[in-house]
Amino acid sequence: MSFTQLAFYFFAAIMVFAAAMVITIRNPVKAALFLVLAFVSGACVWMTLEAEFLAIVLVLVYVGAVMVLFLFVVMMLDVNLTRLREGFGEYLPIGGLVALLMVVEMVIVLSADSFDQQNMPRPEPHGEDYSNTKELGRLLYTFYVYPFEIAALILLVAIIAAIALTLRKRPETKYQNPAEQVAVQREDRIRLVKMAAERRKDEQ
Amino acid sequence: MNGTLNVTPAIPELFVFTMACLILVVDLYIRKEQRVISYGLTLLTLGVGALLSLSSFSAEPVFTFNNMFVDDALSDVVKIAICLITLVVFVYSRDYIEARGLYKGEYFVLGLFAVVGMMVMASANHFLVLYLGLELLSLSLYSMVAFQRDSALATEAAMKYFVLGALASGMMLYGMSILYGLTGSLDIPTVRQAVGGMSADDVVLIFGLVFVLVGLAFKLGVVPFHMWVPDVYHGAPTSTTLFIGTTPKIAGFAIVIRLLIGGLEDLHGTWRDMVIILAVLSIGTGNLIAIAQTNLKRMLAYSAISHMGFMLLGILAGTPTGYSAAFFYILVYAFMSLGAFGMILLLSREGFEADELDDLKGLNQRNSWYAALMLLLMISMAGIPPAVGFFAKLSVIQAIIDVNLVWLAVIAVLFAVVGAFYYLRVIKLMYFDPPDEGVQAIEAATDLKVVMGVNAWAVLLVLPWIGPIQQLCLTAVASVMNGFVS
Repeated sequence: MSFTQLAFYFFAAIMVFAAAMVITIRNPVKAALFLVLAFVSGACVWMTLEAEFLAIVLVLVYVGAVMVLFLFVVMMLDVNLTRLREGFGEYLPIGGLVALLMVVEMVIVLSADSFDQQNMPRPEPHGEDYSNTKELGRLLYTFYVYPFEIAALILLVAIIAAIALTLRKRPETKYQNPAEQVAVQREDRIRLVKMAAERRKDEQ
Repeated sequence: MNGTLNVTPAIPELFVFTMACLILVVDLYIRKEQRVISYGLTLLTLGVGALLSLSSFSAEPVFTFNNMFVDDALSDVVKIAICLITLVVFVYSRDYIEARGLYKGEYFVLGLFAVVGMMVMASANHFLVLYLGLELLSLSLYSMVAFQRDSALATEAAMKYFVLGALASGMMLYGMSILYGLTGSLDIPTVRQAVGGMSADDVVLIFGLVFVLVGLAFKLGVVPFHMWVPDVYHGAPTSTTLFIGTTPKIAGFAIVIRLLIGGLEDLHGTWRDMVIILAVLSIGTGNLIAIAQTNLKRMLAYSAISHMGFMLLGILAGTPTGYSAAFFYILVYAFMSLGAFGMILLLSREGFEADELDDLKGLNQRNSWYAALMLLLMISMAGIPPAVGFFAKLSVIQAIIDVNLVWLAVIAVLFAVVGAFYYLRVIKLMYFDPPDEGVQAIEAATDLKVVMGVNAWAVLLVLPWIGPIQQLCLTAVASVMNGFVS
């Protein structure tokens, strides 16, 4: 077994374990942390596939940004999970059985010879001057420019939907209006009162 | 790959997309009372979108964006239908959403993005583009369902729709990835060629096909993947239900054609049996459960399930006449569904939803004109001659008899008769039951009344043109079948 194979099985095993933990562990914060572990192992598997750029992006974007945000949300929401988990185990035996059967069937079907070494030969390793990032960028912005733009459109819809669904002015909340704050005049804040001078009593 | 991109065939999509962005910005600068500007711009966009699609109509397919985009007769007909029907959807929705505080620019913008998604689906010639178009449509629809955020029912519906929609997308993507693994391409014509060179009994190929089919079935809402349909139709604001119940069905038909016929027609012998099961179950379950409903929206949801089953009959026939019958069926269904849900919108008013069957009691005495319009729509949906719904059912059943599936035709007709019961019950409630005490008079804007009248009478008045429309459908599906020779 070569070192690459060893690395693959090592990271793949960690990834499968972490993914299983994500859906079975009770504590949502721990589940999120296991998801981070799954992402990092996934990135390592991609490294063995020579997809360096994707591996780094996976760690930067998913682990660095998305999961951190997700952890914040989980911590801030303080979801009562014991209530959510009620009845979770009720369907576990039958559901687990069905899932197991399906996995076995899928393994049997997919281990047919369509995906073996003859039909799926190992791709030629690239030379030293090959830039994964450059190739990806070239493909994305030329050949795949149309799907790429539609994906951007989907993100735009996500932004609009998120704002439209959450933004609303509630009259009881207090908020600052920077425009009014900037436009304020001296006269709005200070009132000069003209009074006749008076003499102190003790000086009289 | 040449250096320049020909964007001309994609002008309708680009136009609708640009206008959606424009409306988004314009809406920020107008006051609440001027919202009619956004509304007017939306209608203008959809009208011009339809005209642009019409002007690019060509029987010969035009490919662009590295063959990922195809502009053929099918995509043009689908785009015109989608733009026009969405236009009417927004006309019907205006008063309803205004009364419920949903009259915001974002509602129209999300609707337009959904239209762009459907147009992308109609023109997709690549698995990736097809999937992205589907997601663009679905995401817009999820948020339009959730738009009435104070309604617990709508939020629940949006949640169910979102979770099951994501599951369906996952299924479809998994199937596509298996097909990619086998054929080495996501390009639909290339997949077709590769599949043509493989054995139709290849178990891995069938495995991929099953997942693609399950994903499609989820999106179309056919039994046994229909669980989301009644809840979403019922829970969503009726204006959104109207939208979900009409144009996405046409777009769904387009991707069924692109995937099953454009890409995997050589597996017809394999997927035919699966589609037969889906169709029989849908026609049966949809029609039987609809009888038990007391809510008009739920009843129409189950009726939608059975209509999708009828549409699948045309697909499974596997002949050009079958495909064109299915196309004709889906166009007619979208049109009838537009009228039926539009009627619920028209009868609703501020603080009151006319979505219970009992709300239709004695409609004839309250307003005989509306009762007559609803009567026309119901007899058309039930498939009673001389309404156009009858000819739609006739043509799909004709198509399956032509391929010697007489038993299937018998089942379909029997369940159509069962289904006629609940459509006729609506007519009975309107004409033979007295109205409840103290119901308010029906008020509606003039433009809404006119459009509704045209919509309902069209199920009869379109009769002289049924031949040319069916011919158009045939041309459209033929363009998909022949277009891949190139």
